Amino acid sequence: MPSEKLDLLQGTLDVMVLKTLVAMGPMHGYGIARRIEQVSGHQVLLNQGTIYASLVRVEQHGWIVSSWGTSENNRKAKFYAINEAGRRQLAKETAYWERLAGVMDKVMAMRPSEAEGEPA
Amino acid sequence: MSILRRARERWRAFRSKPQLDAELEAEIAAHIDLATDENLRLGMSPGEARRKALVDFGGMNLAKDQQREARGLMKLDILMQDLRYTFRTLVRDPGFTVVAVLILALGIGANVAVFSVVNTLLLRPLPFPDSQQLVWIAPPPTKCGQSCATYSTDAYDEFRLYSRTFQDVTGYFAFSSPGNLSLNRGGAPISATGIDVIANFFKVLGVQPAMGRVFRPEDAVDGAAPVVILTDAWWRTQFNADPNIVGKAFDINGMQTTVIGVLPKSFDFGAVFSPGAKVDAITPLDLYGPPRSYGNIVTMIGRMKPGVTIAQAQGDAAAAAPHMCWQNKVPQSCGAYALQKDGTGGVVPVLLKDYVTGKLRRSLVVLWCAVGAILLIACVNLSNLLLARAATRSKEFAMRGALGASRARIVAQLLTESLVLSGAGAVFGLSLAFVLITWLAHQKAVALPLLMTLRIDGAALGWTVLIAVATAILFGLLPGLRLAGGNLQEALKDSGAGSGQGRKHDRTRSVLVVTEVALACVLLVGAGLLLRSFMRVLSVDLGFEPARAAAIQVDFDASAPTAAASAEKLRVTFQQVIARVSRIPGVEAAGVSDYLPLGQNRSWGMSYPKGVKPPDNNPDSPLVYVVSPGYIRAMGTRIEGRDFTWDDGPSSEKVVMIDRDLARYYARMANWPNGNAIGQVLDGGGGNLVRIVGIVDNVHEENTDGATGWQMYFPMTQANPNGAQLIVRTQQPPDSLASSVLGALRELNPKQTAAEFRPLQTLVDHANSPRRLFMLLVSSFAALGLGLAAIGIYGVISYSVTQRTQEIGVRMALGATLGQVQRAVIGKTLKLALVGIALGTIASLLAAKAIAALLFGTAPTDPAAFVGVIVLLGGVSFAAGWIPARRASRINPMVALKNN
Repeated sequence: MPSEKLDLLQGTLDVMVLKTLVAMGPMHGYGIARRIEQVSGHQVLLNQGTIYASLVRVEQHGWIVSSWGTSENNRKAKFYAINEAGRRQLAKETAYWERLAGVMDKVMAMRPSEAEGEPA
Repeated sequence: MSILRRARERWRAFRSKPQLDAELEAEIAAHIDLATDENLRLGMSPGEARRKALVDFGGMNLAKDQQREARGLMKLDILMQDLRYTFRTLVRDPGFTVVAVLILALGIGANVAVFSVVNTLLLRPLPFPDSQQLVWIAPPPTKCGQSCATYSTDAYDEFRLYSRTFQDVTGYFAFSSPGNLSLNRGGAPISATGIDVIANFFKVLGVQPAMGRVFRPEDAVDGAAPVVILTDAWWRTQFNADPNIVGKAFDINGMQTTVIGVLPKSFDFGAVFSPGAKVDAITPLDLYGPPRSYGNIVTMIGRMKPGVTIAQAQGDAAAAAPHMCWQNKVPQSCGAYALQKDGTGGVVPVLLKDYVTGKLRRSLVVLWCAVGAILLIACVNLSNLLLARAATRSKEFAMRGALGASRARIVAQLLTESLVLSGAGAVFGLSLAFVLITWLAHQKAVALPLLMTLRIDGAALGWTVLIAVATAILFGLLPGLRLAGGNLQEALKDSGAGSGQGRKHDRTRSVLVVTEVALACVLLVGAGLLLRSFMRVLSVDLGFEPARAAAIQVDFDASAPTAAASAEKLRVTFQQVIARVSRIPGVEAAGVSDYLPLGQNRSWGMSYPKGVKPPDNNPDSPLVYVVSPGYIRAMGTRIEGRDFTWDDGPSSEKVVMIDRDLARYYARMANWPNGNAIGQVLDGGGGNLVRIVGIVDNVHEENTDGATGWQMYFPMTQANPNGAQLIVRTQQPPDSLASSVLGALRELNPKQTAAEFRPLQTLVDHANSPRRLFMLLVSSFAALGLGLAAIGIYGVISYSVTQRTQEIGVRMALGATLGQVQRAVIGKTLKLALVGIALGTIASLLAAKAIAALLFGTAPTDPAAFVGVIVLLGGVSFAAGWIPARRASRINPMVALKNN
């Protein structure tokens, strides 16, 4: 287990929630939190409880819908499912992340001579 | 889009908080259950499984708060929470709440009321469209009264012709006397007051009638059918608000007069042009009829063209002035209105607003400052009260701080409390202001312009909100910062009494009390000086005795084919009236004059001693009164020489009485032997000679607190009176004779209207009314300030006694006597009070200089006012300290020591 967890950028968790729901289909808060923990190798979620602020935010944006249902082991739980608007939003966010990652890659790959530029 | 949607969702979430909270609760419970189930499957024991689930979930409350914050309106939630908490704490401490709200209500109420007055009189434009274009056109003030402030109809015409910067110029007849209309609808004639205006009057002012029409030029020509426009008030009271009144005709002054219109409620002639006077009807002035030869009779009011500045209008008027003639037929009277070589006269437009309320500006500013001081005192008091509470609540806040409340959160909570208090104060204050304003608006007898139009309007409401918020911040901030900034641990440990923190509070509170006392001192000195001035005004020798005398307007008809027959008819009529009224038991003297002092007036030209060359610069000519024999005695005016008699007839030598100052002026000019004017002859010009038979006291004819002008009295048997006011001097208060005097007049003339029998004192009161009202208001505010300061002193001393119960107990146990304990407490009180009084006295000296112009016969350093205030404040402070001192001396040492 890594000693430090990653600080999450504002809205990053929201994107993870959307992506998780696309990947897993309708899921309850606990399931989403566990999934993010597993996929990230326990590097991002400080506490499982933090997922609920993200869920309500995303739901209020109208990207996911929720309803009460029953889990496979017969527990009543609130299930979240992504809708069309959510998928569109996710596509936008994915494109954004890819651009940002590309830029970051380039910047990080910079070598000292290139950074200094040519003398005038 | 989703942002909007989110905002809507958040608002909805805020509205349905309990339900959403319950749902979150259920969701989290399910989360824990699901996690526990999984942990069980992984082979943990039930206890271990659940513990691990909770640990993984993390801080339960944090998660909930985060979710709530994401979902709803956290700030609003906190505000609601603070409000609920505030209401709970305030209800728990009703004594504090009531006192605080009361103090704030008084402070805010006084401020809102005075703001309404200031707004109506100074800030708001006059109640006419584009009123900033309206100007009053007159020479600068003189001593010769209304005749020198008005123009002849010829001069008016020329001004209208030659001025270029005005859309139009209008005016009204300045010499209509109260009760000049007699409405006859069968039964006793009804007395009313009408004003003659130039036909374009309402057009220039921009007043639209509520019904019917305003005057047209053809209403004001020779032989036009008589018409009248009613004021809203008269239409309601006298004509039962008859909706079909327009077109009906009534017998007014013996002529069938048609009502052509009713004015809107918003138009009050008296409120703007003649403060304190009631005007019932408006009639057209026939400029080209007989008034043409009356001399100066019309005021001038102009409406400047759009974009014209007052300076341009003044230049234009000065250029037009040389063209204006007193009478066009008399060439040497042309240019009489232009600026004279000695700097007097001139045709000067001033903004109508400045003419109407300009004189009051200083008084109103003083009043505004006074209520500002009241508000400051109230704030200081509240700060003090809150500091006292803060001391007892410091533990509570320290505890909240320890539990994680941020400093900002605690200050916000305290500000919420202040706002709730000041909000409640504002609501009560507004009601208070409403009562005060309603009372003021009904002071019909007060000669202040626009008073009737006073009301609490939108601006006043805005002002209320503004001062409520400002007050809350002002009095809430200091205790708030003090509390929130306090050291947590110290506060938690601090048991209150006698500790360092307590002392620090004490010092702040002392500074506040000193401020309060100083402010109250300034208010009291101001009020004291105004009160002294008012007393001085009351004791002015007016030149007549207002007590036990009353006046009534007498209707008479002196029309006759020839001037001589008319004069004879007049003599017979009034000789009869005076003889008849004098026979009424209880009547000491009776006489008639056409004008009364402190009312309207007029002047004729200047006369000079016979054979003396008039000076180059004409002084202001004397005011002229046409009186009957006995008038001087009825007024209680002292006389040297002789009064007129009924034998001073049209054919006998012309006689005149003059006042003492004028007699001195003439005597010096003509070098009369012994300076004695009696028996000397004056030349009124054109061989018009009159002999001075009597010298009378200077009478205050225009105001009670200014310099007097000259006066000249002519016998009504030799000059034509402009009306008749019968003065009756009585042995008892005059009211008791009202009906018998009116009865006697009716006996002689059945057409006599039921005119009001007015005690002369009401004339004096009317003249003094603005000063009286102003003095009354400032005194009330000063009394309020004194009361608040007393509460402040009491609060601080009382609190310090409570805080030191233990210390006092120890002292008493160690042998301090009751007297020593009391002396210590009172000494502390007086020390605070004396510092406050000392600072206040210095501030008062500066403030008194600023109001010097409002004082009468009283120096700004008047020792009586200052000493009185110092003694009063000292006494009140002593009393405020004495009560807690007594309580301190009753402390039982045993109880005090055990109690902690």
